[in-house]
Amino acid sequence: MNWESVSAFIAMGGYGGFVWGSYGITAACFAIEIWLLLARQRRVRRQLLGQQ
Amino acid sequence: MITHTNWFKYSSPATFYQLAGKLTPWFFAAAILFTIAGIYVSFFVAPTDAQQGEAYRIIFIHVPAAWMSMFIYIVMACWSGIGLAFNTRLSSMVASALAPTGALMTFIALWTGSLWGKPMWGTWWVWDARLTSELILLFLYFGFMSLQAAIDDPRRADKAGAVIALVGVINVPIIYFSVKWWNTLHQGASVSLTRSPSMAATMLIGMLLMALAFWMYSIGAMLMRVRCIILERERNAAWVKSVQGDER
Repeated sequence: MNWESVSAFIAMGGYGGFVWGSYGITAACFAIEIWLLLARQRRVRRQLLGQQ
Repeated sequence: MITHTNWFKYSSPATFYQLAGKLTPWFFAAAILFTIAGIYVSFFVAPTDAQQGEAYRIIFIHVPAAWMSMFIYIVMACWSGIGLAFNTRLSSMVASALAPTGALMTFIALWTGSLWGKPMWGTWWVWDARLTSELILLFLYFGFMSLQAAIDDPRRADKAGAVIALVGVINVPIIYFSVKWWNTLHQGASVSLTRSPSMAATMLIGMLLMALAFWMYSIGAMLMRVRCIILERERNAAWVKSVQGDER
């Protein structure tokens, strides 16, 4: 185990901002892409129902 | 007895639409499992780096994102080229579906690289060969997407996009070999096909697990997007109307 405490884990040896800034933005990017895709899927299906 | 699968069946948007719908959840499930395993190894198994301390843990997303950014571009160029050469609709749709995910991976590679560069090099950004060619890759993705968006006729948009994709593919080996060809601030490859990796085994395993996670995610996102594109483009086809009923 690398970490002695939760705060040591968050601090990342003083690089917390850099490490979590990387992982956070990456997670946010994936979440936004999936959200946009779901929105696009709903929009297309609504349009198809409208034209029937 | 050998049963022959007719793979060309799946080159029809109607059949591929159904297949992609069945496969998408599996790819996302695999992505989640690989992410859990990858994060566990990256933070709780891989040791602290002797030189870079904990900051090096950015590598577990930086390198997979950078690999995917280049790999997706090559795959996109291949499908674009096939679409251009054989006039197959689905190949061009797959190429269009890959571009946003590729651009996202390029952005993540640049962003995490910047956050890694600041503590290690003392700067967010330098105009060195590796960073600049990766930025050009981002602009190539943007160019491909905006050109396609600017052309109303989808078949003409496919052709125009294919030209950008194929010309731009020359940039990928430049990115890959930039750290060898030029004197760059960016470090050389830690993992290559020709020699054993210059990193601890647990670090390598963490990185490969995350790379698999990014790979599965990219396929899942591509399949989701290609299904939207198929419905948008084929909205007047008879099969689209019949598919609506048994859709979830």
